[in-house]
Amino acid sequence: MIADIGLITLTIAFIFTVYATFASAYGGWRGRWDLVESARNASLLAFPFLTVSVIVIVYSLYVLDFSLAYVYDVSSQAMSPFLRMAALWGGQQGSILFWAWMMAGFVAAVLLRKWERDREMMPYFIATAMLTTAFFVGVVLFITNPFMRLWHIEGAAELTQALFQPANSMPYYPEDGGGLNPLLRHFGMIGHPPTTYLGFTGFVIPFSFAIAALITGQSRGDEWIRTTRRWTLVAWIFLSIGLILGGRWAYDVLGWGGFWGWDPVENAMLMPWLTGTAFLHSVMMTEKRGMMKRWNMVLIILTYSLALFGTFITRTGVISSVHAFTKSALGPAFFAFIGLTFIGSVTILYLRWDTLKSEHTLESFISRESAFVLQNMLFLAITFVVFWGTIFPLISELVTGIKITVGPPYFQKATGPLFFVLVILMGIAPLLAWRKQAVRTFGKAIWIPFIASLGIAGIWGYTHRMHPASILGLWLVTFSLSTTLAEFWKGVQARHATRGENPFTAFINLIGRNHRRYGGYIIHLSVVLIALGFIGDANFKLETQGTVSSGESLTIGDYQLQFEQLRAYPGSDGREIIEAVTTLSQDGEVIRTLNPRRDYFTVQQQPVTVPGVYSTPGKDVYVLLVGWDDSGQSATFKIYVNSFINWVWIGGLMMIVGTIIAAWNTPGQREATYVLKPGALTSHPLLQES
Amino acid sequence: MRNIKRNLFLVLLALIASFYAASAAYAQEGQPGYPTDNDVNRIAKKLYCPVCPNTPLDVCETKACEDWRAQIRDQLSEGWSEQQVMDYFVAQYGERVLAEPQRKGFTSLVWFLPLTAVLIGTGVVYEILRSWRNQKTATTAVPPLPEIPKELLEKIEREIRELD
Amino acid sequence: MTKLPLNEQEVQSPPTADRKRIGVIITFAVILTLLGLLAWGLKKAQAGPLDNGLAPDFTITDFDGRTATLSELRGQVVVINFWASWCPPCREEAAYLEETWRKYEDKGVVFIGVDYVDTEKEALAYIAEFDITYLNGPDIGTRISQAYNIQGVPETFFVAKNGELRGVHIGPMKSPQLDEKIEELLAEQYP
Repeated sequence: MIADIGLITLTIAFIFTVYATFASAYGGWRGRWDLVESARNASLLAFPFLTVSVIVIVYSLYVLDFSLAYVYDVSSQAMSPFLRMAALWGGQQGSILFWAWMMAGFVAAVLLRKWERDREMMPYFIATAMLTTAFFVGVVLFITNPFMRLWHIEGAAELTQALFQPANSMPYYPEDGGGLNPLLRHFGMIGHPPTTYLGFTGFVIPFSFAIAALITGQSRGDEWIRTTRRWTLVAWIFLSIGLILGGRWAYDVLGWGGFWGWDPVENAMLMPWLTGTAFLHSVMMTEKRGMMKRWNMVLIILTYSLALFGTFITRTGVISSVHAFTKSALGPAFFAFIGLTFIGSVTILYLRWDTLKSEHTLESFISRESAFVLQNMLFLAITFVVFWGTIFPLISELVTGIKITVGPPYFQKATGPLFFVLVILMGIAPLLAWRKQAVRTFGKAIWIPFIASLGIAGIWGYTHRMHPASILGLWLVTFSLSTTLAEFWKGVQARHATRGENPFTAFINLIGRNHRRYGGYIIHLSVVLIALGFIGDANFKLETQGTVSSGESLTIGDYQLQFEQLRAYPGSDGREIIEAVTTLSQDGEVIRTLNPRRDYFTVQQQPVTVPGVYSTPGKDVYVLLVGWDDSGQSATFKIYVNSFINWVWIGGLMMIVGTIIAAWNTPGQREATYVLKPGALTSHPLLQES
Repeated sequence: MRNIKRNLFLVLLALIASFYAASAAYAQEGQPGYPTDNDVNRIAKKLYCPVCPNTPLDVCETKACEDWRAQIRDQLSEGWSEQQVMDYFVAQYGERVLAEPQRKGFTSLVWFLPLTAVLIGTGVVYEILRSWRNQKTATTAVPPLPEIPKELLEKIEREIRELD
Repeated sequence: MTKLPLNEQEVQSPPTADRKRIGVIITFAVILTLLGLLAWGLKKAQAGPLDNGLAPDFTITDFDGRTATLSELRGQVVVINFWASWCPPCREEAAYLEETWRKYEDKGVVFIGVDYVDTEKEALAYIAEFDITYLNGPDIGTRISQAYNIQGVPETFFVAKNGELRGVHIGPMKSPQLDEKIEELLAEQYP
């Protein structure tokens, strides 16, 4: 009866979140501070209660309490204990509980840390964040409840799911459950959902602060931006990790030799990431120059709305196929919620639009400011392209009645040039000064990286593959890489010259002294590496397919794959494995044995293709077992040679490091808060000093 | 100078266009072994499985997709061209089997609108930047802070440069 | 907007105010359009197969070149079965369908097999395997399956003598489900 405890704590958490929403809004409105404090306590308490619910579900999954419908759906005896617990996010019910729990966690963390600061914004912050949390907890409680039990009603052909015993029914205890979808049994899929959810839910913090700032009028200053900067970074990096882990999962499990397929589910994650990235940059304009205050608001509202939008279209089957038939009440509830969020936040923004005036002055088109504006436009343009391609099938069906597909070719062609310009801009923008950049000095800074990158790309492209597109791609990454590295080099040089530090110490001190800036550059470097992976995927990929008998070889590039034999054996987690033994050689020299295989999950009747991969920093040889004849004498293989693909994962790790550096809080470090406009100077502390 | 710039621009455009040119070599009709798996996959790659969500036909593992690939092979060995195979698929299974949306009729909007949006966006950015620059000339028309000592301004400037 | 304090009115020159109004109208129009689109998509995603009202009309050409049009079959009970050769559950019911067809062939019942996204070769092999004699044709361009909003295959729709849909069966049918449904529809009397 331990499941009942989870249900009870879930109910209590729901009551707390609803109470916190109303009490804080009312308290803020009427200036009743006692109510706001009580709302805060309720918000803080909601988290431990939800935690108990989560623990109960995880425990039930672990001990295989099949009387719960959710456990019956996603867990099974054949699964390892670790997988059983990871099944918390293996299905709809568990995922949304997990989602609500993390959101409550984020809010609780903010309330513990920021309570004394920003007191004025707190009532509305709590109200906004708790309204969202209450919605998700409510969905878990009333619509997708993971504590539903299985009942057998007398004479009924099918089992009934209900929280409480229906009339004339007997509790039903299945012997074994269905188990987790075999495709999800991979480390990428174990880590991908939690990180993605952390990313999505994390954006509720900057969003709620933005709304609170708008309501209280605090948005005039940019306090809310400083308050939320790290939270935004946390959400952003988790979303980035989620994207990369999802890519890794697709590469290892889906068996098509790629890591990014422009599927609606992927696009749904990419869009908030794009606008979130734009937001992280545009807030710098506000902090350094007092510009783009309205734009920040637009971006954070857009980011949060896109996160909800993405969840909506993928969870309710609005954009999907015949197979994802989900006739749950989740759809209408979620629809009402996103409608409320979109319209509500835009209305508040409209009402406060005029208070957000900021002075915009630009001395020169060639300046950091211009670069920021252009960069923001590019991010938004890419977001629009992705958004349009994702929802166009729906529009087409509504207008013409014809179902169409918008596949990778569209996204590659439409976003490719935009990403190209964006990466160039990423390379040169850090060289541009605020306000005004003299063309001469800029030219001096840029010509060495420019010439060097042309040379490297030319030679590199020539030795690899003589194709204009590949050379252009290689130039792009070398150029951006060298300009960014030059920034580090200049800093190290300066420290070396002025303080006589050795290069290594100088490098460490450089980052330590301005970790926000250099952390940002490290992230830029990581983006270049990831771009290299995408360029390899687009321009350097080789593939071939063929059927060979035992002893025969397939050739791709300078690699040969020789088929030796097929073998079959039972594996863990209730699977039957059919494996090919092959030998990979390069120019006649044996490198190693590869074992591409296909796993049949007998209970789910689902095959999973596991590639055999020979991985090097330069390229992966990725072999799939496509088919075989029943005698086992011949087999069909598909081989991909994927260039630079590993740089995507390396770039991903580097991105995490860069973000940690950028978000690191050094006590006593002064943040650059100068606002360079004439009026502000008179009130500057430096002026009062003299 | 202008001309060089324009030429450079054209070269760049041509380079970008070449991004999309397919460049791998395949067996041609009439050669022994035609059609190979690669010939089939080259076409299947441009098609989507009509029954599974968002899966290109060349990588789809279901029985149905195997049948479709076999059908492409049969059609190719009967001498069909790539375009004929694609047209047959569209006629039989609807437009949604095309990975790349067509560029005609209502569907052309999928291509057209982003292009327009990017062009408009560029115009808007230029306009915004221009108006900001104009604002600056307006504010500097007001007498600029004579009361701030020069050394102090320099000090601030220096501080800013260091911080930034 | 009319009761703004004087100084604010001065500050806000008319073109800016107009621009703002246009901006707001466009923004809300876009949001509402998007929400409308999502609402429509949601409704469509949640809708099951068509199971009442007048059955959508269609003309189907079978693998031998014969054609049939639903609206010309008034007065007869029509069973429309969606299937595909690659669908294992379809095989479970294929023999039962053919057997029932032979039983009711001369009793005012028409069977139409609609082959949903299939290859002709495999479809013909399937028809030969189960010795299917009722009319079977491909669903060209998936027009028929879209009109009936099928959720998958196999799916069987029942059309009464007056051309109205009388329900749908999702998944393979077992004896005597089909016989019962046909008897029920044959028994319908119209004034």
